Amino acid sequence: MIVFIIRRLVGAVLLLFVVSAVTFSIFFVVPRLAGATAEDLASRYVGKTADEQQVRQMADKLGFHDPLVVQYGRFAKGIVAGADYDYGPAAEHCPAPCFGYSFLTQAPVWPDLLDRLPVTASLAAGASAIWLLAGVATGVISALRRGSIFDRAAMGVALAGVSLPIFFTGLLALGIFSYTLGVTAPGSSYTALAEDPAQWAYDLILPWITIAFLYAAGYARLTSSGMLETMSEDFIRTARAKGLPERTVVLKHGLRATLTPIVTIFGLDVGLLLGGAILTESTFSLNGIGRYAILAIGANDLPKVMGVTMVAAFFIVLANLVVDILYAVVDPRVRLT
Amino acid sequence: MSTPEPGGALLSVSGLRKHFPVRRGLIRHTVGAVKAVDGLDFAVTTGETMALVGESGCGKTTTGRLLTRLLEPTAGSIVFDGHDITHLSQSRMRPLRRDIQMIFQDPYSSLNPRHTVGTIVGAPYRLQKVRTEHGVKRAVQELLELVGLNPEHYNRYPHEFSGGQRQRIGIARTLALRPKLIVADEPVSALDVSIQAQVINLLADLQDELELTYVVIAHDLSVVRHIADRVAVMYLGTLVELADRDSLYAAPRHPYTVALMSAVPIPEPSRRLQRDRIRLTGDVPSPLNPPPACRFHTRCWKAQPVCRQTEPPLVELTPGHQVACHFPEDVPPATPAG
Amino acid sequence: MTGTEDMAGTARDRPEDFLTVRDLRVHFPTDDGLVRAVDGVSFRLQRGRTLGIVGESGSGKSVASLAVMGLHSGGPARISGEIWLDGEELVGASAERVRRLRGAKMAMIFQDPLSAMHPFYTVGAQIIEAYRIHNDVRRSVARAHAIDLLARVGIPEPASRVDDYPHQFSGGMRQRAMIAMALSCDPELLIADEPTTALDVTVQAQILDLIRELQAEFHSAVIIITHDLGVVAELADDVLVMYAGKPVEYGSATDLFDLPQHPYTWGLLGSMPRLDRDRSERLLPIPGTPPSLITVPPGCAFHPRCGHTDAVGTACREKVPELTEVAPEHRIACHLGAAQRERIWRTEIAPKL
Repeated sequence: MIVFIIRRLVGAVLLLFVVSAVTFSIFFVVPRLAGATAEDLASRYVGKTADEQQVRQMADKLGFHDPLVVQYGRFAKGIVAGADYDYGPAAEHCPAPCFGYSFLTQAPVWPDLLDRLPVTASLAAGASAIWLLAGVATGVISALRRGSIFDRAAMGVALAGVSLPIFFTGLLALGIFSYTLGVTAPGSSYTALAEDPAQWAYDLILPWITIAFLYAAGYARLTSSGMLETMSEDFIRTARAKGLPERTVVLKHGLRATLTPIVTIFGLDVGLLLGGAILTESTFSLNGIGRYAILAIGANDLPKVMGVTMVAAFFIVLANLVVDILYAVVDPRVRLT
Repeated sequence: MSTPEPGGALLSVSGLRKHFPVRRGLIRHTVGAVKAVDGLDFAVTTGETMALVGESGCGKTTTGRLLTRLLEPTAGSIVFDGHDITHLSQSRMRPLRRDIQMIFQDPYSSLNPRHTVGTIVGAPYRLQKVRTEHGVKRAVQELLELVGLNPEHYNRYPHEFSGGQRQRIGIARTLALRPKLIVADEPVSALDVSIQAQVINLLADLQDELELTYVVIAHDLSVVRHIADRVAVMYLGTLVELADRDSLYAAPRHPYTVALMSAVPIPEPSRRLQRDRIRLTGDVPSPLNPPPACRFHTRCWKAQPVCRQTEPPLVELTPGHQVACHFPEDVPPATPAG
Repeated sequence: MTGTEDMAGTARDRPEDFLTVRDLRVHFPTDDGLVRAVDGVSFRLQRGRTLGIVGESGSGKSVASLAVMGLHSGGPARISGEIWLDGEELVGASAERVRRLRGAKMAMIFQDPLSAMHPFYTVGAQIIEAYRIHNDVRRSVARAHAIDLLARVGIPEPASRVDDYPHQFSGGMRQRAMIAMALSCDPELLIADEPTTALDVTVQAQILDLIRELQAEFHSAVIIITHDLGVVAELADDVLVMYAGKPVEYGSATDLFDLPQHPYTWGLLGSMPRLDRDRSERLLPIPGTPPSLITVPPGCAFHPRCGHTDAVGTACREKVPELTEVAPEHRIACHLGAAQRERIWRTEIAPKL
């Protein structure tokens, strides 16, 4: 187990390096290959009125004339060891992990990300808890009452959930619950969990439900089909032959076996969501990673975009690792070697 | 290509080994090996049926996969029809695949459910780019008839057939290219008793008609007695006894063979309490760490210290009867069986 | 109808019968039609005796045993007939009542112990669970009981193996553990559905010995369901041969093996390779394949595969033969006359077996 985790951690670090290299390539190498000169890249960092001289100076300062490997080395070193920037109004140290320095806001990217992470994390935690519970419960009941009105209704709603985009369901929910009925918080409100848990939940309940509606549908379908399969397994027949009440057969024997694949997908979904729920955060005007990314992209603020990309990649790699370990915890047949 | 005389060896195997490495640890170094097949020597004569018998984990299926070169041997050699095929590459092996075919145990999973019988049975012609005299369809229908299926069912799908019929489809596919050697891995064990007998008879008829040579892999000693001319008994990757069928069943010499036969239930309730039974205790040890010297010594009631120290070689005790045991059973005085 | 009433009717209800099944029918409605999986089966069983139910796949032998256990409830199956277990009728009983009997008074072991045990719970946990549903005891008591049982069925070092998962056991050990689980509440009826089919022959012999020993010790009634006549001959006192959901021959094991009367039983014996006889050049298979249970052939379901219908005429195709007594405690469902059967057996069948 320990050996497995160590090996996977080493693998995860390597993978992150690959991601960083790819990200770096997308933003700095591909444009050069497409014919952009160092000056073209640097022109973004100077005012619109800058003359060629200033642009060239900036390109020098930013190191765009250096070989690409050296540029990447600098980028990677920033992440690991931190970097110093002296081309803003004042020299500034950007401590590790330094994902870059935004010239637009004149601040390093990382503290920004750290600021917004709690919002995204809160969003992911609450939403995932709701969709997991709702989806699995719906799926189990649908599977047990196959063909019943509940099953058909649930699967119909599930279909709607998968097909309706979040900016539609989100706005609809806001319109009904916040603006018409006034029972939930309007968008753009967030209170830190540590500050006031009740307010935290009140502010986030609508986005949670909106995300959960989208995901729960998939989980209900997954659970339902998994349950149907599991309930025809031999070990379920054995459990019944022992004289177990049907409740125990379903919840202890059936659900336990069905959950394994769900755990996998759940881990990956949460990992993905931690990298920013772009649509939800935009719809509800929450200042999370996703909205940060949208704003950064809109402003063509490359260091921020790269920072978000790296953070998202980190969460996905981490989620993969956690899922693999969870797998062994859930299923004793899985030996991690 | 040479055509050996009947009675000559079509297939000969010597020192055949297959070890599957076991990897562990941070850098996944090899910490041991599953010795699935650990030194086999035997030859199969043209036109005969040779059976490999043993319990699960004895390496019989791995052996079958080595003979058909679905697996690469770790050591030893396999000579088929004058060609050394031990380490032939897939592409060099391809022309020989026409001559070596395999029948699988599970007639359900070895047929593609989305293909018609015609497509399945005709596939070898297409894969090997063989021209048929009157077209593939005609050839396939002849094959279906040969294995006792209705040729008009050419366009049906596997799920429309029963288990026994599916096994016939599998056999028809095998026969398409008129192979010289057929390796059949548990060809009847998934079938009902009444159907088993049909398939066993079919295999015998086809052998007579098409001069086939069979290597049959099976666990059921009573089935093997009906199909095989010679029987090789395997235990933990090695041969413990190799003999003509009549000689083996009349007087098994290796204690393991004796135990194996003794364990087969006899359909005669009136005699069930009178039978002398030999009951092996425990399970077959792991092939990852097989017992030293004679591998059977941990379960053998005749084991002596020498069995734990020296591996008994496979020696010919009487003509055509080889046994690997320090203390082989005596041949009982001839008494009529049954 | 099938005439099984005859058997249950004329055969007096004997008080010593622990299990009596009368005219059991299990039908499944499907999109393709009604599947008559079990269609008029009757048998009875005493404590300390073993009944073997033999048949090919689709004969209804497993479906019948699952019906006795009440394991079709909640599904689409339509069940009729009577099942009397120790004086209590089960077909009409509530599902809850049958559940309480299940595992306690009657228990079952299955073919493939790897798939029949839950992969995520330890062997011990599964035995403990079985024991604690029916016995109000503390977990530690149940655990000690589980260890006892594992020792009893021949598992070495039971105190440590109790915490192993099923996949850590070998095939034979798993079937032993399965038996331990079934025996946890001292059931009086044990149903074994193909208990050794997935096992190697030497392990099969061990398991058959174990079942025999345990039966002697617990004096329970045992039903063994199998396609293997050898296994039946090893264990059973009485044998019921089923074909296409109906009983075709029912008698004592010795009668059935020494003087079988039904052409299907002859066919089974003839198609079976045996070690205890001189090797015959060819096996005598039953031609054709078992019928679909949706379109069972009219008349005697076996007639399309039977080689002796010429001796009877049209009855085989038109009339369902009734299960009738042809010798004391030996019943068959066949239109052949006694003299015809005697002649065919003596001249055609017996010499070839």
